[in-house]
Amino acid sequence: MENVAGSGVMISAQGPDRGVDQPEKAPAKSVAKVSVEGLNFFYGPRQVLFNISLEIPEGKITALIGPSGCGKSTFLRTLNRMHETVSNTRAEGAVLLDGQSIFDMDVVQLRRRVGMVFQKSNPFPKSIFENVAYGLRINGLERGVTIAEVVEKSLRRAALWDEVKDQLHKSAYALSGGQQQRLCIARALAIDPEVLLLDEPCSALDPIATAKIEDLLLDLVASCTIVIVTHNMQQAARVADHTGFFLLGKLIEFNRTDVIFKKPARKETEDYITGRFG
Amino acid sequence: MRFRDYRRKIINVVMLSLTGLCALASVSVLFFVLGYLFVHGFKALSWDFFTKLPAPVGESGGGMANAIIGSAKLLLIALLSGVPVGLIAGIYLAEFSGKTFGFTVRYVADLLNGVPSIVMGIFIYTVIVLPMHHFSALAGGLALGAMLVPIVLRSTEDFLRAVPRSLREAALALGASRWKAIATVVIPAAGRGITTGVLLALARVAGETAPLLFTSFQSQYWSQGFNQPTASLPVMIYTYAISPYENWHRQAWAAGFILLMLVLVANIGARLILSRRASPARG
Repeated sequence: MENVAGSGVMISAQGPDRGVDQPEKAPAKSVAKVSVEGLNFFYGPRQVLFNISLEIPEGKITALIGPSGCGKSTFLRTLNRMHETVSNTRAEGAVLLDGQSIFDMDVVQLRRRVGMVFQKSNPFPKSIFENVAYGLRINGLERGVTIAEVVEKSLRRAALWDEVKDQLHKSAYALSGGQQQRLCIARALAIDPEVLLLDEPCSALDPIATAKIEDLLLDLVASCTIVIVTHNMQQAARVADHTGFFLLGKLIEFNRTDVIFKKPARKETEDYITGRFG
Repeated sequence: MRFRDYRRKIINVVMLSLTGLCALASVSVLFFVLGYLFVHGFKALSWDFFTKLPAPVGESGGGMANAIIGSAKLLLIALLSGVPVGLIAGIYLAEFSGKTFGFTVRYVADLLNGVPSIVMGIFIYTVIVLPMHHFSALAGGLALGAMLVPIVLRSTEDFLRAVPRSLREAALALGASRWKAIATVVIPAAGRGITTGVLLALARVAGETAPLLFTSFQSQYWSQGFNQPTASLPVMIYTYAISPYENWHRQAWAAGFILLMLVLVANIGARLILSRRASPARG
């Protein structure tokens, strides 16, 4: 992990006056890919996220950690408005992608730019090839490019090509769990998203498959911004440049990963990462 | 202690044999009907049965070619009229409907499913046969089609609902609009189940007699097009079985046998389609 000052936002995101606290960090704003400002989230009458503000730096891996039910997955899902697929949910506050509010964007456009990989791998009941090609086909992107080329490129980026190149037309269900998850990553990469959201992508995988995905993320971050929700603190420590700690619907602390793990500013963070609860 | 043990064992034996007997009784009815139809029907089958028109009273021989074609025509109309309505309504119910309206439609469909088939016949008689002033294959097909709607609707809805939410999410997260996700992922994933439902529904209405009695009626001849009364296997069985002629009785057995085979093939086909799908879809 690089230690360059100014590459991140050093704030615990307690309020809207962060810029005033740390004026020397102002340039950090310009590299924020996604800025979240005062986000509240409701399931019906129940509020599950409280006034979340943070800036996700471009071209970095940002990890979100916290105990189950702390709202980190809900937060992730608002970033590409997947929460709207669940009825009776409401998000308040601002989420900006490159300075533009995502709630004003066409949702299809937004999801093309902000891809998502889910906790449980969910390949379509189609062939490996068709799984990766799906995003191109439905978005009408097949003109000008050869689908086969994009499929190969995406599978290579997901480090899956060598394992599947001879069985592209077999059912995706024939793959192992780890391969299926990498297939889902390849599928998301095929439409070339600017941001990739991963919701506990390794929770169902063994350590070897997990290591492959982590290596893959470290390669991918050169070409897109990554936000990963994880239960596994070691995983956050291994891959993330920045880490946010969620507790009971609040963002307790957000900082460079090494700071979070070595010198957390808040007691709750320290208790959690040292295993005193959670 | 010992008395209790005996009592328990005796009750166990009695109950077990009781359930076994009941199971045997229900299965044996089926096998009795199958066996009886097979013995009588198979004997009466001949090449003529499939290729010739019914013979006039008094003459032996003849067949039911016109009824076989007639039944096929009726089922075709039923398929074309009833299946699209049932399918689309099923998709609507599973994917789009709100709570109250969805509940109403589902409830009405279940009621419709329980409507006696002869009532469906009277309905089509009033709506189609009376204004046209004559019986027709079209009216018969529509009567069967009306019966297909609630069956296809409910099975389509059930199979669509069984498609895991994670698949829809995957499609939506890739930038698919809602209808695109449904058309390209959800419906294909439920495709075989839906096909199975349609096949079973067709098999079910293929044997219906009551709705045809005053819609497509009966004919001893070839019927041209869809605008004339037409013979059909179930009505043929009905007419021939209650006639006083030995020759006609044999023909009725044969027709019954053919109808049963049709239903059996559709059922087995549906099972095969479904089981081929079963492994990966839930995986």
